[in-house]
Amino acid sequence: MLEGILIGLSTAFSVTNLLMVVGGCLIGTFIGMLPGLGPMSIIAIMIPVAISIGDPSAALILLAGVYYGAIFGGSTSSILINAPGVASTVATSFDGYPLARQGKAGKALTVAAISSFAGGSIGAVLLMIFAPALASVALLFHSAEYFALMVVGLSAIAAFAGTGQVIKALLMTILGVIMATVGEGALFNMPRFTMGLMDLQSGFGFITLAMAMFALPEALYLVLDPSRSKTEGGTNEIKDLRITKAEAKAITPVIGRQSIQGFLIGVLPGAGATIASFLGYAVERNIAPKEEQEQFGKGSVKGLAAPESANNAACTGSFVPLLTLGIPGSGTTAILLGALIALNVSPGPRLMVDQPEIFWAVIISMYLGNVILLILNLPLIPYIAKILAVPRNFLIPFILFFTLMGAYIGQNNSTELLILVGFGICATVLRFADYPLAPLLIGFILGRMLEDNFSRSMQLYDGISFIYERPMTLGLLVLAVILVVLPSYRARRARARAEGVADGD
Amino acid sequence: MTLMKMTRRVVLAAAAASMTFATPSFAAGQVVDSIHFLIPGGAGGGWDGTARGTGEALTKAGLVGTASYENMSGGGGGKAIGYLIENAASNHGTLMVNSTPIVIRSLTGVFPQNFRDLTLVAGTIGDYAAVVVGKDSPINSMTDLIAAYKADPSGTAIGGGSVPGGMDHLVAAMAMEAAGEDPTAFKYIPYDAGGKAMAALLSGEIAALSTGFSEAVDLANAGEVKIIGVTADERVAAYEDAPTMKEQGIDTTFVNWRGFFAAPDLPEEQLVAYQTALTKMYDTPEWEEVRARNGWVNIHNNGDDFRAFLENQEQVIGDLMKKLGFL
Repeated sequence: MLEGILIGLSTAFSVTNLLMVVGGCLIGTFIGMLPGLGPMSIIAIMIPVAISIGDPSAALILLAGVYYGAIFGGSTSSILINAPGVASTVATSFDGYPLARQGKAGKALTVAAISSFAGGSIGAVLLMIFAPALASVALLFHSAEYFALMVVGLSAIAAFAGTGQVIKALLMTILGVIMATVGEGALFNMPRFTMGLMDLQSGFGFITLAMAMFALPEALYLVLDPSRSKTEGGTNEIKDLRITKAEAKAITPVIGRQSIQGFLIGVLPGAGATIASFLGYAVERNIAPKEEQEQFGKGSVKGLAAPESANNAACTGSFVPLLTLGIPGSGTTAILLGALIALNVSPGPRLMVDQPEIFWAVIISMYLGNVILLILNLPLIPYIAKILAVPRNFLIPFILFFTLMGAYIGQNNSTELLILVGFGICATVLRFADYPLAPLLIGFILGRMLEDNFSRSMQLYDGISFIYERPMTLGLLVLAVILVVLPSYRARRARARAEGVADGD
Repeated sequence: MTLMKMTRRVVLAAAAASMTFATPSFAAGQVVDSIHFLIPGGAGGGWDGTARGTGEALTKAGLVGTASYENMSGGGGGKAIGYLIENAASNHGTLMVNSTPIVIRSLTGVFPQNFRDLTLVAGTIGDYAAVVVGKDSPINSMTDLIAAYKADPSGTAIGGGSVPGGMDHLVAAMAMEAAGEDPTAFKYIPYDAGGKAMAALLSGEIAALSTGFSEAVDLANAGEVKIIGVTADERVAAYEDAPTMKEQGIDTTFVNWRGFFAAPDLPEEQLVAYQTALTKMYDTPEWEEVRARNGWVNIHNNGDDFRAFLENQEQVIGDLMKKLGFL
């Protein structure tokens, strides 16, 4: 292994390759900040450039740099304007945006940058040590386990079911799952619930829905309820990007746990960064002490650190099946696989043996990329955070512009804009009625995968016997029940105790 | 040309999304001034790669002056077809890329039009289909797979990356039928992306996978799978070890083609110009580079040959889909 690291170091530290990392990170970060352009589209755009370089190591290092940069930049729009451009940064906005509203945007961006850095770096170490061993573990997961994993992911909604909100959160989740059934699914030959509209054939777009649920209502809310637009702490504090000692102490174990958990989830093909971020959020909320638990969703640094470290670690984790098995675990790695093949590199068990310089150069470039991103981003944070100091009359059109642009550029389809505005208005009404919108989006994101894996398992096992015939499925489902029931049980017990009633009714 | 200028002026992001690779022409023998490629799906898909790759080869080789690209997704490709037909008069400079699904989707009524409503320019590339098994599987041939299926029909599922009734399913059903089995009886498990289907194959969830040949070759080269049947007439040079379905007594051939269509009522001389440019493209090193990079197989059908090929494919697929109960 040491020899491999040396090969990787000497490859990655050549002048061209260093330029590739820096260039890739810069391009990725800046384009990634725009909602609507996720890592997948940025990499797709960069592939012709990378291929024209010719040298596979350099090309791959460039693309990997773009990838990390895009993930890094993606959290910025979630935190600042509540507009998550990719599914894996939805959980980032849960606590990142409230922090920004409290005038702590600088702090939020710093926490996100550090968590991403830690998640990515720990992920890279794990990748280096465990990649070959983990490849076989990933194959233990069948559709039945993926189904159960999605159920565990859905349990993240428990985090939004505050007092008296359980029914509302549940309703919104179900609505999200229902919305996910629109269009031509992977399992049916016929489009469903499209009402004959051709534009609904491929279902609702994720970005359209994310903008409609988060960013647009936020902008409308600022207009309709001007008193809210005064941030609670005043906008002057934006420069404050220091993390206090207490906060650093609080987030360190969170980052550690979520980097490892996120990496392991990322290894599973098809689970990926989104599930990792939701699960990370749910798990951290459940194990937090009661008083901190209430902070989740209102601007908890822990709630921000958890999904950020988890999604970055998961992105690194998704390289395990790509490099060792040649299986792309996510849309982004699928595009990377295409680029690899175009460069005459065949990922698979033989890659480490046949072309070790490529394998190791990628891993070393991951460390490098993470360090460079941190160096690039920390000094920029005060300037980026200043966006929020822009007066409301300028900020709102700015948010609206990016919201509409984000929904449009992915598909170049103007109908998306009508859907966006329609849902945006519905979402604003729901917000005024105090319905949480995040569960809807979680339900929508996980709904399709939930259904696909469930019906595949049903088909393979001729019924639902897979639930008890496969121990891992059963175990995951039990875990999901615990994640949902435990918080409300704890709350009830606390209430019962307060009323002087004995435990265990 | 106006469109190109506009594309350069719009905001950075929009320009990035609909990137234009305009290379000035310097070589003699330019056949067409400019081509606007209409891509019925999003960036990064198979259609997108085909259009951009073809445009790159045509412009670099100097056969076409400039190429521009437009992604118009929606309706499984139906939106772009509708657009091309409705705005036919103003789209004589447009070529739309499409592939086998245009046949399948017009049969199932996903969109009301079919290929006859367009001007057929040429089928340019293709890919055969293949059935693969994991490298450690006891199955080594189609005969083994059929035997395993007969022994345990419920436990021998075949997976694929398309919906039931889609291409991968149809290929598996064709092979089953040609082997004398009931094409409606076997379990077809759909996955929404090739990668997940591969993971399912290696994890043992499915016994075999129906997929594209070029994808299968990449995996076979990586030592992950064994190719047990190819839907070509003869063994393919790219991977000589893979036996054809035919040589195993299963009379099944299938080509997943990709090609170009133009607006209805395209003037004859323009059609000829496009066809000439595409025909000349095959002999250029620029095309060879793009083709090799993507692992495409040259399967060239011009105009009337293309029509005959599509009509035959429509017939075969339509009959099979009726049998499978999808029509």
